[in-house]
Amino acid sequence: MVWLWNNLGLVLGLAAEHARLSAIPILVGFAASIPLGWVASRFAWLRGLLLTVFGIVFTIPSLALFVVMPLLLGTRILDDLNVIVALSLYAIAMMLRGAIDGFGSVSPDVLQSATAVGFAAASRFWTVQLPLAGPVLLANLRVVSVSTVSLLSVAALIGKGGLGYLFTNGYQRAFPEEIVIGIVFTLLIAAVFDIVLVLLGRLLLPWSRRAGRAA
Amino acid sequence: MNFFADAFAYILDPAHWAGDTGIAQRIADHLLYTGLSVGIALLIAVPLGLLIGHTGRGRSFVIGLTSAARALPTFGFLLFIVLLAGLGLAPLIAVLVVLAVPPLLAGVYAGIEAVDRQPVDAARALGMSEWQILGRVEIPLGLPLMLGGLRSATLQVIATATVAGYVAQGGLGRYLIEGLARRDYTLAVVGAVLVAALALAIDGLLAVAQKLVQPRGVSRGRARPASTRERRSSRVPAIIRTPTTEGNL
Repeated sequence: MVWLWNNLGLVLGLAAEHARLSAIPILVGFAASIPLGWVASRFAWLRGLLLTVFGIVFTIPSLALFVVMPLLLGTRILDDLNVIVALSLYAIAMMLRGAIDGFGSVSPDVLQSATAVGFAAASRFWTVQLPLAGPVLLANLRVVSVSTVSLLSVAALIGKGGLGYLFTNGYQRAFPEEIVIGIVFTLLIAAVFDIVLVLLGRLLLPWSRRAGRAA
Repeated sequence: MNFFADAFAYILDPAHWAGDTGIAQRIADHLLYTGLSVGIALLIAVPLGLLIGHTGRGRSFVIGLTSAARALPTFGFLLFIVLLAGLGLAPLIAVLVVLAVPPLLAGVYAGIEAVDRQPVDAARALGMSEWQILGRVEIPLGLPLMLGGLRSATLQVIATATVAGYVAQGGLGRYLIEGLARRDYTLAVVGAVLVAALALAIDGLLAVAQKLVQPRGVSRGRARPASTRERRSSRVPAIIRTPTTEGNL
């Protein structure tokens, strides 16, 4: 505890970096999974292709992906972009199946009714299909959020792990308390992100409080 | 400048395969860590998951455990335990077991839970005992999802065993860690390529197994009407599903 007070600036700085480096991939993963999930739910051959490609990405251990990112992107080793792109790929891989499920969960009857009462394809998607898929998307996004926050700490091994720095530093100095503080702050960030997502869900999907939890 | 080419040249050189720190030994280490910890985790998770899945009691326990396990930064947990318990095979395996149990448990539970209630009720009406229902109806129908849990757990363990190269002396993670520490980027890429190949190979084998255990006459998803699909997938909460638990190849 004394250590925490004396190093509060360091810990909060790392926490801020951690929040930033994990928030971006979560948002990218969500944004990308909507068009990808939509095309995948429309075209069966694309669904197989996308699920296979992202299934392979998901299989690669995170440290390996972090390390080869500079080769694939042409970035330098300490570039934020390495971690952000790698975690975004994982986020899409995790989110894609949920997006396909979400769009598939909207009853075809509802969609046909929407067309029958005069919705154009685009507005039918934005105002009917997307909101109705919302609870399933939210449930999956919460999983992506928690996983991304916890996964980022591995990137401490390439010097970009946010609070993961406390793990390697605490280990090198044989100081378990520092590691525990790193774990606790990581869990706090995951909890805050989760609360934000739940509140956003309440705000944007007020009709689905129960469904959101069940999905 | 071409690190991939250099890394492949390194891997293809037979001299790098021999010896205590050679590629063959490190693959063997990695497989030992993975096999041992997933094996022990199976002994814990399968009976418990079958019990929870069949009785339906303890559902929230599985969901809570899975969420907590996802939130826990595995790297910090590993370093913490190694710092307290010392650097040996036992603490490392213990950590990996702890990480493997939640996805396995979730997979077994989800496998049973996702089985349609109609065949289960029909089996009960035909006079099958609860053990028969479990062994002849629920397990065969739920096996693909259960193997999905095994795939997630195995991937998690392979990835964490890689990071364990930071503290352990064996496993493919050593190439990554040594490469990063010595600024020998080629060596780090060697580790990345080998560990990715190992993960893909093992996951591929498990995926094939998952296809093979699919009972004849049961095809998942595709041709099913939307309403049925919705019911099936919503019964298994998103928190315990991963890109591999759904068993899509």
